[in-house]
Amino acid sequence: MSEQTTAGDQMTAVERTTAGEQTTAGEQTTAGERAFAETIAKDQRVEPRDWMPEGYRKTMIRQIAQHAHSEIIGMQPEGAWITRAPTLRRKAILLAKVQDEAGHGLYLYSAAETLGADRGDLTRRLIEGRQKYSSIFNYPTLTFADVGVIGWLVDGAAICNQVPLCRSSFGPYARAMIRICKEESFHQRQGYELLMTMMSGTPEQREMVQDATNRWWWPSLMMFGPPDADSPNSAQSMAWKIKRHSNDELRQRFVDMTVPQAEALGVTLPDPELRWNAERGQHDFGEIDWVEFKRVIAGGGPLNAQRIAHRRRADEEGAWVREAAAAHAAKQAARRAGSDA
Amino acid sequence: MSEEIRHEWPLFEVFVRAKRGLNHVHVGSLRAADHEMALHHARDLYTRRNEGVSIWVVRSDDVVSSGPAEKDAFFAPSGDKVYRHPTYYSIPDSVPHI
Repeated sequence: MSEQTTAGDQMTAVERTTAGEQTTAGEQTTAGERAFAETIAKDQRVEPRDWMPEGYRKTMIRQIAQHAHSEIIGMQPEGAWITRAPTLRRKAILLAKVQDEAGHGLYLYSAAETLGADRGDLTRRLIEGRQKYSSIFNYPTLTFADVGVIGWLVDGAAICNQVPLCRSSFGPYARAMIRICKEESFHQRQGYELLMTMMSGTPEQREMVQDATNRWWWPSLMMFGPPDADSPNSAQSMAWKIKRHSNDELRQRFVDMTVPQAEALGVTLPDPELRWNAERGQHDFGEIDWVEFKRVIAGGGPLNAQRIAHRRRADEEGAWVREAAAAHAAKQAARRAGSDA
Repeated sequence: MSEEIRHEWPLFEVFVRAKRGLNHVHVGSLRAADHEMALHHARDLYTRRNEGVSIWVVRSDDVVSSGPAEKDAFFAPSGDKVYRHPTYYSIPDSVPHI
């Protein structure tokens, strides 16, 4: 926990202590609890310096950190293709996209810091495997078509998840999500355009797109998390209005949005049970392999170890730069202090 | 060592003026070794798509703010002074331009 007296969205240690004392008043509902309940009921935003239940704070830090880690780890699958992009135009687009992912991670770490988390500490938790990131990034990007399919399906699923989070009850998180959603649209469109280009190419290129679609479709559906019946934290997150829609609801929305896009592209989604259900007004689709989902989350995915090792290496190899910058800043500050005296 | 150093990069709050004629608005925070680096990071992080024409960075621990509750006694003095608002005064509809 930071000792800094911080402002704006930040909460100071002193204020946090005061807020904590409000909860020690026994079984009576405290003013803080009433204010929090009222804020949620009125659909207003909770701000960092407000009193909030400890569970809400912990849930928010965990969710924001996990989201930030996903953005940062998410740079790797596509980053691998920057040097091998087929044209300068695609290279520039891919660079901009991967840079955006870094930016998204930083917006989110900034939001987590408003709750008293420290981003250096969060990075350590990621590297030590104590905090998770989206399991989707543990799959390999085998061809350049994967770059397009990630933009189309993975970023498409992310948009489905993230648009409702723009109305999440925690103010800094909701504001970060608004910035992120604005930028994600570019990500999805560049991916789809890339795939359209490949689909108008050679039979081999079309086959690459179909192959990448086959590999990414099911992991993309898993991005929405476990089925509602098996999602223990969902009810509380919905009650706190952190989440606005259930996992299955968002997954269904994504499937319904994606089917016509696949048709327009000319690829087949790899699910024989996928068909329109006129009665429901939605698509039926096959059972997701939840055993695989759990295995990848638990660290058994194709690239879990490699992703974390890479992140650890980047952190360690960047350490001297951070130290040198801090030393330079300290020297400059000392010089200024000397010339002022 | 690197752990200590990491904590020596202080937190900065970032304010961006979206275009001339508008106020600077708080957009978030970042970590940097000093003000100059904070400005560069702020440009890279918060204005990748022409979102700004000017940036302020302020050390987070230099900002002084009002109490934790957004609506506490601090703001009470303005609560009961309805006569500060134009709608408090009734003027006949027939009177023009007022």
